[in-house]
Amino acid sequence: MIALVDCNNFYASCERLFRPELKGKAVVVLSNNDGCVIARSDEAKEIGIKMGAPAFLMEEMLTTHGVSVFSSNYTLYGSLSDRVMATLNTCCGTVEQYSIDEAFLFLGDMPFVNLEDYASDIRTKVGAVGIPVTVGIASTKTLAKMANRFAKKTKKQEGVHILDSSEKIDEVLRSTEVGDIWGVGKQYATLLLAQGFHTAYDLSQAPEAWVRKEMSVVGQRLWNELHGMPCIEMEEDTPAKKNICVARSFGQLLSKEGDVAEALSNYTAIAARKLRKQNSCTRVLQVFLQTNVFRQQDKQYYRSVTVQLPVACNSTKELILYANIGLERIWQNGYNFKKVGILMLDLIPSDQIQYGMFDDVDRTKNDRLSKVMDDINKHWGGKELVKFAIQGYGRKWKLRQEKLSPCYTTRLSEILTIKI
Amino acid sequence: MIAIKLSEVSMILPFFNTTIPAGFPSPAQDYSEEEIDLSKVLQPNPTTTFIIRVKGNSMEGANMPDGCMIVVDRSLKATSGNIIVGILDGEFTVKRLVKAGRNWVLHPESPYHKPIIIPEDADFKVWGVVTNIVIPTK
Repeated sequence: MIALVDCNNFYASCERLFRPELKGKAVVVLSNNDGCVIARSDEAKEIGIKMGAPAFLMEEMLTTHGVSVFSSNYTLYGSLSDRVMATLNTCCGTVEQYSIDEAFLFLGDMPFVNLEDYASDIRTKVGAVGIPVTVGIASTKTLAKMANRFAKKTKKQEGVHILDSSEKIDEVLRSTEVGDIWGVGKQYATLLLAQGFHTAYDLSQAPEAWVRKEMSVVGQRLWNELHGMPCIEMEEDTPAKKNICVARSFGQLLSKEGDVAEALSNYTAIAARKLRKQNSCTRVLQVFLQTNVFRQQDKQYYRSVTVQLPVACNSTKELILYANIGLERIWQNGYNFKKVGILMLDLIPSDQIQYGMFDDVDRTKNDRLSKVMDDINKHWGGKELVKFAIQGYGRKWKLRQEKLSPCYTTRLSEILTIKI
Repeated sequence: MIAIKLSEVSMILPFFNTTIPAGFPSPAQDYSEEEIDLSKVLQPNPTTTFIIRVKGNSMEGANMPDGCMIVVDRSLKATSGNIIVGILDGEFTVKRLVKAGRNWVLHPESPYHKPIIIPEDADFKVWGVVTNIVIPTK
């Protein structure tokens, strides 16, 4: 059997853990730059706040309903997610983290274990971290996803649903619309609806040959999964990323090259750190620059450029240099820029670098420099104390995060304070 | 690589630019152990443990001075006599939880504060159990 453990309204639950007065109140979390709603508590869902709704259009509604609004605090969510995943790893030997707030647990055959007890034990253990979770258990990943969704909708208190009989499987299949099946995108959903398949049950009753013909191998796999035959493997080790992208909108529009270069250098430093973390090096950078397409009064501009490095590296110093060479090539004065980004392509493991015959960069020294900088910054609680001059202190580009909560679990200066 | 001429035979030997300790091997080598790590003592359950700062004097008698840090484990079940972090009517508090007769009481450790009897219909929940108090001496 396979369990899908999913945190309930994860970001909102993280914020609430340290703000007990928000229990039973509507909470929403906004995306980067406080743009739109990316997470809602149940109460916020009930008053009709939609996912992805732009915050600036809702100010009045948020105020009248007394909704608590938070900027996204990924440091906090990441830290609590790590705790949840570490706990799940103590419950089960084979855990695949599927996203920041959900994981598949491969249970195998456990004839002597009562699955209800096992699931409620998981809920208690993760509950002790401070995050409520829902558990769905079934014989395939697709069915486990569905069971989880079913539990969230109909068994909120228990928070567990186990598909251990064909009656239960049919019940869940019938209550799941085709568009809500894990792995069915908009295109397939439209196709299926047009052919008269409304629920997952309808699809499971379709002839296998038809599914294979109309939906290729993907459909075949899905059909098998609906019939309880596992076709989607567990992926325990997340493979090293093949490319890394750091791109963010600025807190305000920028039109000076120096300001944009400062932002780009900071994004490059973040991307370089990610590279080093997974022991990769990059050979190709892509830098892109764009104006705000929603500002029709502005002249529009979008350009990107690819920069080939002489030797693959992951040193912040070198990457900042090449990123800014790229920016210089695509820079144009006279525009209001909204976003700059860097993409690192063609990643290779650090121990498989092809060095150049005429390469005169002291790479050992650069690597030592990066390591020392990483260590210092890590030691001081992840704040970037040591950085390159071009990363600057201007911070005009910085994200708008007006409602940011403290990093309760990662910064000693921001821990929860209780008046006693 | 450097070439060395040995009588008439010339051979290529790799050259390692490192030093090799040639003294007597340390007799302690086989007995080495890990250094004591205080965080393991303070938080045996790191995933459910949180560090919190307290402000106020109501728990001074329990060695919890104003401004000190406390270590709180959410996985422990609170029993009478434990110092706990609780939520009473949506507000955090830190007190000793005591069962007195039929009632549960939030007991301060200071002559200037009164115990709070938790009403039966109150919205009260234990958030975590305080396992350690961290007080700097300077």
